[in-house]
Formats: sequence, C-alpha cells, structure tokens
Amino acid sequence: MLIDWFTVIAQVVNFLILVWLLKRFLYRPILAAIDAREKRIATALADADAKKAEAQKERDAFQHKNEAFDQQRTALLSQATDEAKAERQRLLDAARQAADAMSAKRQETLISEQQRLGEALTRRAREEVFAIARKTLADLAGTSLEACMAEVFMRRLRELDGQAKKSLAEALETASDPALVRSAFDLPAAQRAALQNALNETFAAEIHVRFETAPDLVSGIELSTNGLKVAWSIADYLASLGKAADELLKMQAKSEIKTGQNANEHRD
Amino acid sequence: MHLSPDDIIFWRHGFFKLNATIAYTWGLMAVLALGSKLVTRKLSTDLQRSRWQNLLEVVVTGINQQIGEVGLRRPEKYLGFLGTLFLFVALASLFTIVPGYEPPTGSLSTTAALAICVFVAVPIFGIAESGLGEYLRDYLKPTVIMLPFNIISELSRTLALAVRLFGNMMSGTMILAILLTITPFIFPIAMSALGLLTGMVQAYIFSILATVYIAAATRTRKPGPENGNHDANHERMHHG
Repeated sequence: MLIDWFTVIAQVVNFLILVWLLKRFLYRPILAAIDAREKRIATALADADAKKAEAQKERDAFQHKNEAFDQQRTALLSQATDEAKAERQRLLDAARQAADAMSAKRQETLISEQQRLGEALTRRAREEVFAIARKTLADLAGTSLEACMAEVFMRRLRELDGQAKKSLAEALETASDPALVRSAFDLPAAQRAALQNALNETFAAEIHVRFETAPDLVSGIELSTNGLKVAWSIADYLASLGKAADELLKMQAKSEIKTGQNANEHRD
Repeated sequence: MHLSPDDIIFWRHGFFKLNATIAYTWGLMAVLALGSKLVTRKLSTDLQRSRWQNLLEVVVTGINQQIGEVGLRRPEKYLGFLGTLFLFVALASLFTIVPGYEPPTGSLSTTAALAICVFVAVPIFGIAESGLGEYLRDYLKPTVIMLPFNIISELSRTLALAVRLFGNMMSGTMILAILLTITPFIFPIAMSALGLLTGMVQAYIFSILATVYIAAATRTRKPGPENGNHDANHERMHHG
C-alpha cells in the first residue's frame, strides 16, 4: 500500500503546524517590515515633496519680496534724488536771494551814504556861500549901503498898495508903543530923519519911531508895529535862494535812487 | 529498495509510528521555522538590510506577487497557506542534494496529505469569501445536471494533484537510485541536478494549481466590473 493513513494524518498535522509556524515567523514579520519600509519611504517622499513645495513657495515669496524691495529702493532713491535736487534748488535760490538782498542793501546804503555825503556837502557849500556872501555884504555894507537901503525901504513904503497901506496906518495909529525900526547897522541921524519924514509923509501923521540895531538882519531894514511888519533885507533873498537849492538837491537825490534801482535790476 | 520513505520505520507503537517521511518533514519544518525565526529576529525597516532578510523578502514578495497575478484579491490572506505549500515542496526537493536524504514529498502519504489540505482549503476559502449558500450553489452551475460532474472534478483534481507530485518526486529518487547501481559517480550528479529543476517546477505547479483552485472558488462569486477590470489588467500584463 502506497498510502499510509497514519502518515497522511501526521503530515496534515505537520503541514498545518508548519503553516502556523511560517505565518508566525516568516510572512507576518517580513510583510510588516516591508510595509513599514514602504510607509517610511512614502513618508520620506511626501516629506520631500512637502519640503520641495515649501521651498518653492519660500523661493517665490523671497523673489517677490526681493522685487518689491528693489522697487521700493528705486522709488526711495528717486524720491531722495528729487528731494535733494529740490533742496539744492531751494538753497541756491535762498542764497541768491540773500546775496541779492545784501547787495541791494549795500547798494542802498551806498546810495544813501552818497546822498548824505552829497547833502552834507551841498549844505556845507551853501552855508559857506551864504556865509561868504553875508560876510562880503557885511563888509560892503558901509554907511552908503545903509543909506541906499534906507532909500530903498522908503521907496517901498511909498509904493505900498492901498489895502496894505491902510491896515498899516491903522496899526500905527492904534499902537500904544512906538513903531520899531530895526537895522543891521546903526542908522545915522540924517537917515533916521529921512525915514521919519518918509513915514510921516506916507501915513500923514506924526509917527513915533524907535530905532534898534539887529546884526542878524545882514543888511536890511524892518518896520514892525502891533504885529504887522514891513521889511526889506538881503536875508530874504538868501532864504529863497537856500530854499531853491534844497529843492534842487532833493530832486537830484530822487533821480539817483532811481538810477541805483535800475542798476540792480540790470545786474539780476 | 523501497518505493517510499514511509517504509523506513524508525519506531512503531501500535497505530503510531515514526517513519522517515515524518522525520524528514520535521527536519524541514525545523529548518524553515528556525531559519525564519533567526532571520526575522532582527528585521530592519531601513533601506539597509541583511542579505538573509533580503532573500526572505524576495521569496515572500515573489510568492505574494504570484498569488496576486493568478487573480486573488488581497494575496496576504492566502499567503500563509499557499506560500507554505510552495516552500515546503521546494525545500523538500532542494534537500535531495544532501546524501542519505529522502524527500518526504516522494511519499504518496505526504502528497495525499497536501492534496487533502488543498481539497479542504478550497471550500473553506470559498465559503469565507462568499458564504456557504453561494459556494454550494456554484456546484449547480450551469445546470443541476452538472452537479455530479462538478463533484467528480473536485475529487479527481485533488487526486491528480497528489499523484502528480508524488510521481515526479518519487521518480526522481527512483531514477537516482537505479542509476547509482548502473553508472556510479558522474551521471547521477547530472540527474540529481535535473531532479532539483523538476522539484522546483513541481513545487511551482503544485502551489499555482492550488492557487488557481482557490481563485476559482472565490472569484466566480463576485463578477463585479472592478474585478473584471482587474483580471483584464492581469491578462494584459501576462501577454505583455
């Protein structure tokens, strides 16, 4: 008999035991190990993928930031350049204005200085001229000159127009004090008498006169009574001459300021 | 001169006896179990691993892949049974290079035992997969008339399985023994090498047939579109 039934049963049992043993010691641990390794590799790959994606993202973000930074930097730089340019322009303008102001001020000072000097010179010259004239006239004003002056004064008295003559006569009549005749030199008796006569003749009355010497009149005669005054003097001429000279000087100064301003404008 | 290692009896006590078949089977079991235990004692899940672990991984994944290619879904479920079949038969023939060794698969008792295991395992896996009623109804397909033929087919294929393996393994040892008496020294070695080849082929055939039977018992129950696609894919892979 080829089949031994005990052996068959024993072999079935042996086989089942072997199945259990191999399951226990071979398949399960090996498959578990393979699974673990696969899982590990999958995890590592997923990890790597995630890291790669993250790196890509970071790289993109970084690039983006870099570009933004570049743009910002360029903008800032241009802004700074513009500001610096504007500031430079402003400073230059300010400096030019300051220089202009200073130069104008200096010009003005120069002009006013010149003007003052000119004025002073003119005044001095005028005063000198007048002083010389006055001195010369004083030197020349001898008795004959005084006499001439008296004659001129008398002629003026006679030539007074009706209204002035009338008011003067009233003043002379109403005056309690005697009329005052002032002259630069002591009038001689003959002239005093001639003057008295002329007055009496002119106003047709006895007029009381008091004579007085006044050197500041230069050369001239003045009759004053009760606030009214009739006078003839070189000082009057001199005063009008001084006035005219002053006016001339003022006009000259004005034209000089104008030319100075024009010169400034030309320099700008 | 004996036909089967069953005849070499070391010890007997009534019905119980310890013959060479059982003894060598125990030896193979010991080698397989201890070897596996030694290797899997310190498995590495790293990319670096020992060469023994690598060998076992190749063997296990190879068997797993073969089962999957036949068309069984979730091959891990059947790996214990079918993988052990293959490993046992393969190792039994591989050890024929050891002098004085008699392959236990050269005994009809062993092959019958293995065939009976397959004969029992097929309905068990089929019922586990699709339920008792579904499995039994399969015997009535395509018509009730086919029932006796289906049953006969079950039995005959189990018998064929047992006899095929026994014949091949026994013939190998027999030829070797006969040749040793006629032409000693060189020629038996060549035959022994040829015997190793046939042994491996037989191990493959035996386990792949068992796989096909189990696949037939489990697959036909669920002709889903997903299953069909899966098979079609396998089909294409094979042709490729």
